[in-house]
Amino acid sequence: MSIETLAANPHTHAPNSVARTMRLVLLALVPATLFGLYQFGWPAIFLFAVTLLGALLWEALGLALAGRAVRAGLMDGSALLTGWLLAMTLPPWAPWWVGLLGAFLAIIVGKQIFGGLGQNLFNPAMVARIALLIALPIEMTRFVAPQPLFSAAAPGVLDGLGITFGGQGYDAMSGASVLDHVRTELGQGHGLDTVLPGVFDPLTALWGGVAGSLGETSALLLLLGGLFLLQQKVIRWEIPLAVLGSIGLLAGLMHLLDAGRYPGPLFHWLQGATLICAFFIATDPVTSPVSRAGQILFGAGCGLLIYVIRTWGGYPEGVGFAVLLMNACTPLIDHYLKPRIYGRDRRGQPLKVAESQPPASTAGARS
Amino acid sequence: MTQSTQTSSQTPTSSPKLWKFHGGIHLPDEKALSNQGPVVEAKLPTQLVIPLAQHIGAPARPCVQPGERVFKGQMIGEPQGYVSAPVHASSSGVVRAIEPHAMPHPSGLPAPCVIIDTDGEDAWAPDRPEPVADFQSLDAEALRARIRMAGIVGLGGASFPSSVKLNPGQDQPIDTLVLNGAECEPYITCDDLLMRERASEVVTGARILLHLLGTGRVLIGIEDNKPEAIAAMRQAVAEQQAQTPAQLEVVEIPTLYPSGGEKQLIRILTGREVPTHGIPAQIGVVCQNVATVAAVADAVLRGQPLIERYVTVTGRGIAQPGNFRVRVGTLASELIAASGGYSGELAKLIAGGPMMGMTLQGDAVPITKAMNCLLALTPAESPDPGPAMPCIRCGQCAQVCPTSLLPQQMYWHARAKDLDKVQDYNLFDCIECGCCAHVCPAHIPLVQYYRYAKNESWAREREKQASEHAKRRHEAREARLERLERERKAKLRKKKEAITPKTKAAPGQSAAVGGAEQSSVSSAADTKTDTAKTDTAGSVQ
Repeated sequence: MSIETLAANPHTHAPNSVARTMRLVLLALVPATLFGLYQFGWPAIFLFAVTLLGALLWEALGLALAGRAVRAGLMDGSALLTGWLLAMTLPPWAPWWVGLLGAFLAIIVGKQIFGGLGQNLFNPAMVARIALLIALPIEMTRFVAPQPLFSAAAPGVLDGLGITFGGQGYDAMSGASVLDHVRTELGQGHGLDTVLPGVFDPLTALWGGVAGSLGETSALLLLLGGLFLLQQKVIRWEIPLAVLGSIGLLAGLMHLLDAGRYPGPLFHWLQGATLICAFFIATDPVTSPVSRAGQILFGAGCGLLIYVIRTWGGYPEGVGFAVLLMNACTPLIDHYLKPRIYGRDRRGQPLKVAESQPPASTAGARS
Repeated sequence: MTQSTQTSSQTPTSSPKLWKFHGGIHLPDEKALSNQGPVVEAKLPTQLVIPLAQHIGAPARPCVQPGERVFKGQMIGEPQGYVSAPVHASSSGVVRAIEPHAMPHPSGLPAPCVIIDTDGEDAWAPDRPEPVADFQSLDAEALRARIRMAGIVGLGGASFPSSVKLNPGQDQPIDTLVLNGAECEPYITCDDLLMRERASEVVTGARILLHLLGTGRVLIGIEDNKPEAIAAMRQAVAEQQAQTPAQLEVVEIPTLYPSGGEKQLIRILTGREVPTHGIPAQIGVVCQNVATVAAVADAVLRGQPLIERYVTVTGRGIAQPGNFRVRVGTLASELIAASGGYSGELAKLIAGGPMMGMTLQGDAVPITKAMNCLLALTPAESPDPGPAMPCIRCGQCAQVCPTSLLPQQMYWHARAKDLDKVQDYNLFDCIECGCCAHVCPAHIPLVQYYRYAKNESWAREREKQASEHAKRRHEAREARLERLERERKAKLRKKKEAITPKTKAAPGQSAAVGGAEQSSVSSAADTKTDTAKTDTAGSVQ
């Protein structure tokens, strides 16, 4: 079918492209990423670089094996974005091979096996994150408190190289993320009133001075990035609002019921991967539904699952699982939640004419 | 023009409720390129090429001979059937030939045309219909006949015979006439200029149609990027309102492509939706383009058939863009020459607008009744989007679809040649406005895929009908043969009974012959069935 070469209408085109969309998302991620790299220093910078390079490498390999144009495939920016998002969700001082393996899982297993760009059912970055979490429970849950670049406690370049590439231990500095810590404490029977004050300060969480994944700590910068994407119309408001809304609603409700065991909405919004999920992960067009109603349902489902897994599930963070589960529902949502078509009713039948009479002879002639 | 603007600013601008349709896109309107000057009358060409098929429906049948002298306004092609329209000579001269000529169609395939060498006299036919001073004296039937014989078709681009559209039948009362002056395609300004310069004819034409349809209201929808046209139309309405009990209203609608689509405009102005597979008359609406209505006024009041129209020649590939009053049958190349020719590099030459127009192979094609614009786009205006990327399911296509279809799903299924699936997604509700392809970040030629799927579906439907027809014929033949056989046997039996006492060997012989014949017939039938089966299988593949 030589269809692509024909000059069909329209004859002009909006100045947009897949590469431009990807570039804008990357741009929106830059502030939060730079802040994360600054907070966690050289090891984070090395891990970030390895993960991104790995993603490009695996993408090139996948494209070559699939017999597609490698250069054009790399230039669309999708692999870079996947690698970038994955790196942002990794523990900042994880060894290099975690990044490389994660990139493999994301690009090859999560995307290329399905047929490449646009064909994957699951969000590639989340596929990698969850696979890594299950396969490497130690490496994937060892977080460090922020050690800003050039501060006294921060590792230098050589130490950084040692941590990322040399297997140099950093047990002395490692710890749990806030979500993990609160969960453990709650599990031991402590009340929130004693647990939270030590680890959760809304202001600190907002700008990002807490232990956590490489790019997830600064809620404020992620929020700004998300608002930028909304303003640029790269993403729509439905999914972010539904994710944040459903988490907020559930957290608020449970907090009202028992403030001693269930932290409020602010905690859930600002901690962990909530914001990066709402604006950057769940909004991935490939793996989310098309219709407005579908997107709201999808976002609400993500929010609900995140809250349920965090609160009653076996993992401190539920974003990855929630997104993957809702990704699996996307084809179903797309099938059932279709928009009403002009001239048809909700069930897709032609609209009834007021008087039920046979159409005039012109009807047949026109159709 | 300034005067009319002032008048309109004095009249209180009523703001009736407007409805919205789903989606649509804002486009750079590019209208200032061509709407700066008045409409120029194109000069009489030495040769006219008048196609016999300029409308939806059966092509006209030529009713002149090569060598015959024809006059301006003389019918040279007569309508064949109800959904058809006549064509007229747009100037006087001699018919040189009736032969195929290149048409303004992407295929570049020729179609039958009457070619006239003009004599420069531009003499009107003596037998053209008498002008009518008072159209109220004519009844609906007479008006429709006049409109039909004037060859009036929808001038907005669809070119559907107007007389058919204006005959909704007694069982479908029409309460609203919608006039389409939206002109939502970028670049095109011929309706804009028509409304500025011929507003009173448009309003008079609307009154004729109101009289014809027995309708009490006309809504004239014009996009708000045409303030001069709106002002001129409001003034014309104010002048003529006193002459009619009907309510005439010019409605300013927001500029949003494709507001000028018939279904979209009806929704905007009345809030009603035309049922799928239906026509506007079913919901009490008839919609006509403003240029069509002006042509109705010309036909009824002046007895002038549709032999000329306004055409925009524009695009940055044209030296002096503008609007022309052009005789149907003038070659596009002459209009382009009259606009100063091409300037610089040309990416595409288009008949129509940039969103729904069709590319032309060359400019040696005639201007038809349906052609509203000749658009010469430079590479900067119509950049090559490059090879299509994979769909990233972003859903922007679904957001802009004015019909609320799911373009992306239709694309997947069209690409997979799954015609049933793509029809499940209501492929045939697509109006091919091009919004989806315009915004697609992957630059997928979506409209092309839908056209392909539609054509394949039609082809499949035709084959199905052909094979069903063949099957019916085959069954009828079988039945006939069987009947003949029965009759023959009965006759034989009678004969046998008549002669039995005399000869005894005859019955066995005749039975053997009968049996052999029957088996040969049935084997032939088997072969036929097999062929039919293979045909059907072939069509499925």
